[in-house]
Amino acid sequence: MSFKYVGKPIPPQDGFLKVTGTATYTFDLELPGMLYAKLVTSTVPHARIKKIDVSRALGVPGVVRVVTGKEYPYRVGMYAGDRDLLAIDKVNWVGHPVAAVIAETLEAAEKAIDLVDVEYEELPAIFDPLEALKPDALLIHEKMEEYRHSPAFKPIPGTNIANKFTLVRGDVEKGFRESDVVLEEEFHISHVSHCYMEVQNVIAHYHLDGTVEIWTSWQNVAPVRQIMALSLGIPHNKIIVRIPYVGGGFGGKAGLGWEALVAILSKAAGHRPVKLVLSRKEQFSTAAVREGFHAFAKAGFKKDGTFNAYSVRFILDAGAYADYTVNVGRAVGYSADGCYEIPNINVESLTVYTNKIPTTALRGFGYPESHWVLEQIIDRAAKKLGIDPSEIRRKNLVKPGHSHTCTGERLREDAGDPQKVLKTLVDEIGWGKPSENPPEPWKVRAKGLSLFVKGPAQPPNAAASAILKFNEDASIDLLIATGNFGQGTVTALMQIVAEEFGLPLEKVRVDYVRDTHKSAYTWQTVGSRGLFTDGIAILKAIEDAKNQIFTVASEVLRCPKDQLELVDGEVRVKGKPWEKIPLQDIVMGYTYPNGNSIGGPVIGRGVFMSTHTTYLDPDTGQGNPTIFHTFGGTAVELELDLLTGEINILKAVEVLDLGKVINPLLVKQQTHGGLIMGTSISLYEEIKFDERGWVVNPNFTSYYLVRIKDLPREVVARYIETPQLDGPYGARGIGELTMIGVAPAIANAIYNSIGVKLDRLPMNPEYVWRALREQRPDLVEEAWKRFSKYEKIVEVTI
Amino acid sequence: MGRWITLTVNGSKRRVEVKDNEILLDVLRDKLKVKSVKAACWRGECGLCSILLNGKLVKSCLVLAVEVDGSEILTVEGLARDGELAPIQRSFIEHGALQCGFCTPAFVLASHKLLEENPSASEDEIKESLSGIVCRCGTYYEIIEAIKDASKHYQVRKKV
Ligand code: FES
Ligand code: FES
Repeated sequence: MSFKYVGKPIPPQDGFLKVTGTATYTFDLELPGMLYAKLVTSTVPHARIKKIDVSRALGVPGVVRVVTGKEYPYRVGMYAGDRDLLAIDKVNWVGHPVAAVIAETLEAAEKAIDLVDVEYEELPAIFDPLEALKPDALLIHEKMEEYRHSPAFKPIPGTNIANKFTLVRGDVEKGFRESDVVLEEEFHISHVSHCYMEVQNVIAHYHLDGTVEIWTSWQNVAPVRQIMALSLGIPHNKIIVRIPYVGGGFGGKAGLGWEALVAILSKAAGHRPVKLVLSRKEQFSTAAVREGFHAFAKAGFKKDGTFNAYSVRFILDAGAYADYTVNVGRAVGYSADGCYEIPNINVESLTVYTNKIPTTALRGFGYPESHWVLEQIIDRAAKKLGIDPSEIRRKNLVKPGHSHTCTGERLREDAGDPQKVLKTLVDEIGWGKPSENPPEPWKVRAKGLSLFVKGPAQPPNAAASAILKFNEDASIDLLIATGNFGQGTVTALMQIVAEEFGLPLEKVRVDYVRDTHKSAYTWQTVGSRGLFTDGIAILKAIEDAKNQIFTVASEVLRCPKDQLELVDGEVRVKGKPWEKIPLQDIVMGYTYPNGNSIGGPVIGRGVFMSTHTTYLDPDTGQGNPTIFHTFGGTAVELELDLLTGEINILKAVEVLDLGKVINPLLVKQQTHGGLIMGTSISLYEEIKFDERGWVVNPNFTSYYLVRIKDLPREVVARYIETPQLDGPYGARGIGELTMIGVAPAIANAIYNSIGVKLDRLPMNPEYVWRALREQRPDLVEEAWKRFSKYEKIVEVTI
Repeated sequence: MGRWITLTVNGSKRRVEVKDNEILLDVLRDKLKVKSVKAACWRGECGLCSILLNGKLVKSCLVLAVEVDGSEILTVEGLARDGELAPIQRSFIEHGALQCGFCTPAFVLASHKLLEENPSASEDEIKESLSGIVCRCGTYYEIIEAIKDASKHYQVRKKV
């Protein structure tokens, strides 16, 4: 089957506006009469608020109001429902907003926040989730039982546990007894910030008639409205949420945002529009970031490499609020088995409150964390058993159509081809072929592998819909709410529409503003689900519209509907291309020569609803959590400096079974983007806290991000197309996947070549340097010798 | 309270009152409404506020407005001539050298400047000259491709 648009490298359709600087972001918007808000944030990690004195702040010229938490005691949230608009009675982290200043100018607001006097009575603070779990630990959330949480989660009032996820399958103790090799390992990950380039910012206008208009730099409109409606008690149709272009999201603009707060500020300021823009520093200390993570794992293997038993305890350092992280904790838990068949498995995943910055999802939603653990376990077992890492993977890989995941879900026959992924990966990196010797003899070169699998983490009933309406000239307005913050999804969806109607791509338009009032509902674009769920809804809308078109055409052409086809913007009788009507003569209704008309404006509608997903059993974690799985793998070849601990990636390979590549240009771009972000998070990124809970590196100088000069020297992206029969053109999602395998592949390369275990992220030079000295002092000494000899040689040659 | 300065922004003369401590970034965005100039750090680390100031690439968050009275400023809005995109702009689109697009104005402008000065820039030179700008979406490989591909147009221009 040959296509005109599907499968073609179509450039991003919003490119023109972006390269000319005319794409509008919330950051760029101003409304008439708009005021500016700034947050007063806590300077202590854990304390009762004794008194807030706003009188000095109110004296600053231009200040309109100062709002504190007690005045508007609304509780907000999506999953855990654990947050107040502004702190009430108690602050729970350094950076916790306790008051908001609203002023005529940003300058006045900035000045006034320093003049709000807050008196605290300090409480002992808990920074370590393991401490927070102790039976006598102080409670960070004293009113947990009052929280309105989603039924998918299990908070434990009277403890610091925001969610406890348990999964049991098979008999893990028996599994260990029957294993020949049992390993016990620990792993850790530091907090990281999303660092999307556009900071979180919101404009809210709470009109006198009770209507609230929102403009926000967020991923999706529907959840913003849902959170506001549930927490503020405003009817859904009185909340209009608009999202223009968004300067990056990466999951960090998916959970709870500032919209409800800013709406209340607008009301408090006499119903004038108010804008809140976070500073980069606030992005690192007040906005939510990715959680810290600990894992304690035990794994049993048989002599032949069979993965027989796995028991793992995940502890998520969720910080002061865990509204979205409870779902990350759940996803870490049910993805513990990766792409392997493990008959006996026990998982406990605890999302734990501490007095640190709140946390949320980041590209991959718990899967990078679970794979960081599992994929290293595989390599360590392989070494113990004397089996090649690719071979042990081949042996244990799930078999679509036969295997069950650890939640007991039977993998569909058409779920993908993990064996082919592995084979392609191994071929592309030249597995088994030793690396060339590095030119500098105190360095080593090594190769490492990692596989992964991921599906969207979502509630079982997460729906999507699409509306497609024709204009007089047979151009199409596609009304969708698909999040658009840098992925290629919208371009791919437009390609599908143009393809199906045989129309030029220019005839299809998707407005850049997502709008709860105008766009068809979609639950959220997260978890790499946009193309899949919204694509299915669009295909149904297309079918609906075609049916309307063919009904009219069949009357006019006197020909049964199934004999008609749409080609090049015309309805034709199959086999008789001269019997035809141009689309524009039908899409507003067909008019006969005498003026009689039939049909009418064509509007197609379609929905996606998953019918086979379920909640997971609260005691065993069994059920069907996800709508598809995408299999993939990452391999790296790297160079490690034994003297400095620096890691340089020479080559990175990424293989994904995408079912169908709708747009090869943009899929490659996403793959590269994920590899780069993955490299950055693996090697450099870490939010550091001091002993008082302050973030000490809230800027891009001391929190390093990969730049254009730090790229892996060579990248290879390969796609396998095993069609997913219910996916649009057979496609599956990709966005987050591309990041998951990077960190374990790097750690595995080093472990395989020199046996040094790297259990922590980031693997920055300092950490790697220490690990090298502790675990392989002999190698370091040898490297020093080579280095000093080499220097002499250099001197001689000079 | 402030001082009046004159700036030529993308070819048009603008007079604006500024305070002594006001940074050029804020003057451009908030007073002159030049919204293509973005910001992500406000302290010289991200490069998103880059502009061409009298032909030199600078970070506008590090420049005091009062100090540049009488200057010429070019931003990405001023690159296209008569609705015709500059070759580097076309190349960015064709190579998919943008994702969320928030860093795009800065990268387009910096790449344009690089190619005007050095139309046959090597990969290393490209990397060196663009290392001051961050793209969190990680579109770097595509940006390099876009620049390499657009360079032929700048080579021709230079010869002419
Ligand atoms: S805002 Fe100027 S360099 Fe970041
Ligand atoms: S395209 Fe998003 S930051 Fe560069």
